[in-house]
Amino acid sequence: MIGRFAPLVPELILSIGATVLMLVAAFGGRRSSGVVSWLSVALLAAATIALIGAPSHAGPEFEGLLSADLFASFGKALIFPSAAVAIIAAHGWFERGTEHASEYSVLILFSAVGMSVMVSATSLITLYVGLELTSLASYVLASYRRSDERSAEAGLKYFVLGALASGILLYGISLLYGFTGTTSFTGVALAFGRGAPSLGLLFGLVFLLAGLAFKISAVPFHMWTPDVYEGAPTPVTAFFASAPKVAAVLMSTRVCLDALAPATDAWRQIVIFAALASIFLGAIAAYGQTNIKRLLAYSSINNVGFALIGLAAGGPRGGAAVLFYMTVYIVMTLGAFLCVLWMRDAEGRPIESIESLSGLAQTRPAFAFALFIFMFSLAGIPPMFGFWPKLVVFQAAIHSGYVALAVAGILGTVVGAYYYLKIVKVMYLDEPAAPYARVREPVQSTLVLIAALIVSPLGYLLIGPLGRLADQAAGSIF
Amino acid sequence: MSGTPWLSLLIAIPIMAAALCLFVKAEGARWTALIATLIDFAISIYLWVQYNPDGAQWQFVEKLPLGGGVSWALGIDGIALLLIVLTAFLMPICIGASWRAIEKRVPEYMAAFLLMEALIMGSFAAQDLFLFYIFFEGGLIPMYLIIGVWGGAERIKASYKFFLYTLFGSVLMLIAMIYMVGAAGTTSIPTLMAYDFPVEAQRWLWLAFFASFAVKMPMWPVHTWLPDAHVQAPTAGSVILAGVLLKLGGYGFIRFSLPMFPEGSFIFIPLIFTLSGVAVVYTSLVALVQRDMKKLIAYSSVAHMAFVTFGLFAMNRQGIEGAMLVMLGHGLVSGALFLCVGVVYDRLHTREIDRYGGLSDNMPGYALLFMLFTMASVGLPGTSNFVGEFLSLIGTYRASSWAAAVATTGIILGAAYMLWLYWRICFGTQRNADAAAMPDLSVREWWLLAPIAIGVLWMGVYPESFMRPMRNDVGRLVARLERVAPAGDSQLTLGKGAMHMDHGAMH
Repeated sequence: MIGRFAPLVPELILSIGATVLMLVAAFGGRRSSGVVSWLSVALLAAATIALIGAPSHAGPEFEGLLSADLFASFGKALIFPSAAVAIIAAHGWFERGTEHASEYSVLILFSAVGMSVMVSATSLITLYVGLELTSLASYVLASYRRSDERSAEAGLKYFVLGALASGILLYGISLLYGFTGTTSFTGVALAFGRGAPSLGLLFGLVFLLAGLAFKISAVPFHMWTPDVYEGAPTPVTAFFASAPKVAAVLMSTRVCLDALAPATDAWRQIVIFAALASIFLGAIAAYGQTNIKRLLAYSSINNVGFALIGLAAGGPRGGAAVLFYMTVYIVMTLGAFLCVLWMRDAEGRPIESIESLSGLAQTRPAFAFALFIFMFSLAGIPPMFGFWPKLVVFQAAIHSGYVALAVAGILGTVVGAYYYLKIVKVMYLDEPAAPYARVREPVQSTLVLIAALIVSPLGYLLIGPLGRLADQAAGSIF
Repeated sequence: MSGTPWLSLLIAIPIMAAALCLFVKAEGARWTALIATLIDFAISIYLWVQYNPDGAQWQFVEKLPLGGGVSWALGIDGIALLLIVLTAFLMPICIGASWRAIEKRVPEYMAAFLLMEALIMGSFAAQDLFLFYIFFEGGLIPMYLIIGVWGGAERIKASYKFFLYTLFGSVLMLIAMIYMVGAAGTTSIPTLMAYDFPVEAQRWLWLAFFASFAVKMPMWPVHTWLPDAHVQAPTAGSVILAGVLLKLGGYGFIRFSLPMFPEGSFIFIPLIFTLSGVAVVYTSLVALVQRDMKKLIAYSSVAHMAFVTFGLFAMNRQGIEGAMLVMLGHGLVSGALFLCVGVVYDRLHTREIDRYGGLSDNMPGYALLFMLFTMASVGLPGTSNFVGEFLSLIGTYRASSWAAAVATTGIILGAAYMLWLYWRICFGTQRNADAAAMPDLSVREWWLLAPIAIGVLWMGVYPESFMRPMRNDVGRLVARLERVAPAGDSQLTLGKGAMHMDHGAMH
């Protein structure tokens, strides 16, 4: 009986731990915030370690509700550490504000549980439950600075639009259930496999994908992203841009490649459209931005587009490309956001304007150099490691015969390079502006250093092991 | 892989020195950069001496798989060897040229330069397709910074233009590379050089590579980034841009376009000859009317690079060897000319030709060396460019007499704009008191220009030292191209004996 729960060990650790910590937070109040944060990080670390045994528990569990296969473990191995980084990033951020309470880490923990359910879901019901758990925690996180108007606005916007998207998703799920009589991915795949799909099935598929596209902020369902990213407190934005995005992309990958595999021709055109629209809109709309968080929001839209190219390629190779892409993406994004966290004026207030980065290379060379590496890496310019995942998705697309898609995507990188270059220009070419306050955060500095080393040319040493792991993980859903 | 990994060292030394530069003060960074580049030069000379022209095609080979189908594979043939020697030779000179001219943010400047050297060396030595691309594209980043941070007034626009133009050219090549790796199942450049792609695919692949190399070269009409970049870049930046970076385009044609897509190359010979012909005539005319010395030399670079493309796509031994020599000679001469501009720019802070005049009176040493490099640029026999241009023209003539006729006008126009430039700067009356008061070359400047002068004369008087290492490699390339090489229309009715002798001399 207990053995049945073995595949759920990471989720169990997190759920039980989060519940206990919630009590600690409720009774301990603000004094306990430091302890709760570090305990949360420890829980996430424990959950990550618990993954090591997980690949053996392959196959659907609990009557096909979820599957703790290597694919899910791969996703969790990305999600848990980035959730931990989001907690560490908040350390020293909220201390200055007035309203910090220890619930922040608890919310992140619950969100992480939701995400780990998302990546392991093999049934539409678990998929929805995981998604909602993540989303509800996220809505609260977005409006975490409740005295700040922008934060409250971000939370409200996120909630209203998110609820709408969940509704659309749920409608799609109900249509699929109505026309297939099952919610398990295997059953849905069987139903799609029986000849040409009926109109009802197609509608269900489109609604399902529309809901998912909202969660991964793919164009044309991206409108909430810049506002929410800008309004939410920066550590929360860092979290939104990393873990939930990875979870949603991986979940979409599993849905498309597993449940909807026989209907590949139906979803592929949608994914191709979303991919190209995201790449180009993300690149073009970023031009005029003056706020670094908004710019990074468009950058994340742009990056999701490239991951979707891998998904459009389909097959184990495309899946592996998505995994590879998201792994490097998460490192670059977290690194970039950790740098944004350090942008504070002399009084310690956060600054978000790109102008304030002027001449950073002269006032804070190491900081500027780290951001320089992240920007060129996000742009996909070799010799930075960010180039390789782009190459991998293009390779997958060309392998599947989508040469035109790859060509369009690669031209998108040139369009996108412009605004990443703009940040570098501001930092390196412009005259220095008022310098930022010096922040002493050894843990965060170490994290930035690690992220910068991974996406620097040294990252190419990871191609072999990471590529093999991604191949095996993607193979586990077929 | 056996023995010392010389090529890896060639790449690693500048990178380590670049990292070191970031942690020291200005003077320390200067010395670090100079010492590192001199060590690299010494290694390149060692490679030149050790290289066996009659040995295997690829020497000093190293290979270390990285997984994911890419490997750290290095190795050079005679063609890459010569370009590596050229790069290593020019680099210490560039550092020297920046010794006093660059005052702000010296450590970063030196680090950018060293990184650049490492990436260029990597591009020439790479034997893996993706590794080549990483090095090739990576060179953009340091050059962007060099132009953007230490350039002239319009530096930001110029740096953007440089970056986006060249990036756009290169990404199409990346698509072609992915396709090639998929089709041939290998990323090894030596294998791909012998692989026959379907003729229909070759057409597109060739165009994709052309997009990248034509921008890099640069060929008309995608040359417009070059004058901007040159004018705004610091002197040493211009030297390295003209001396080495442009050669990546020509190297790309020799290493990729010609051997990998022979049929594709053949189909597009008319395109290349037309563009090169326009470049020779048009950019030479544009150079004639420039008022800015650097811009004039930049346009002359475009014209000279057209001799390279003419020679390469003539697809015969004279043409290809000539093209290589033009590249090497132009690397020396244009570098030296930019240094000459830098010498007077450092004194008067203007590049306007009209502000100078009669410099031979107060700067005789400068006038002497400038004269030598001007004559070399014009292609005077006894200097490096003569050998290259002459061979390249012979090769072109054997492929198409019309192309050769157009190309030859370039020599005349080149003489016109270069001699006129020299006349306006060094001869005539001294119109401006400040220009007339400029001191002659300092010891440091002699040290920069004299080695290049020796190189120019050496290559002009005894080109065999440079032709020997690449003879077999050019032979292999010509053999590969034999099935498509254009027959030529210049079938003059010569006497039998003369024809015979001609062949004997050339093969």
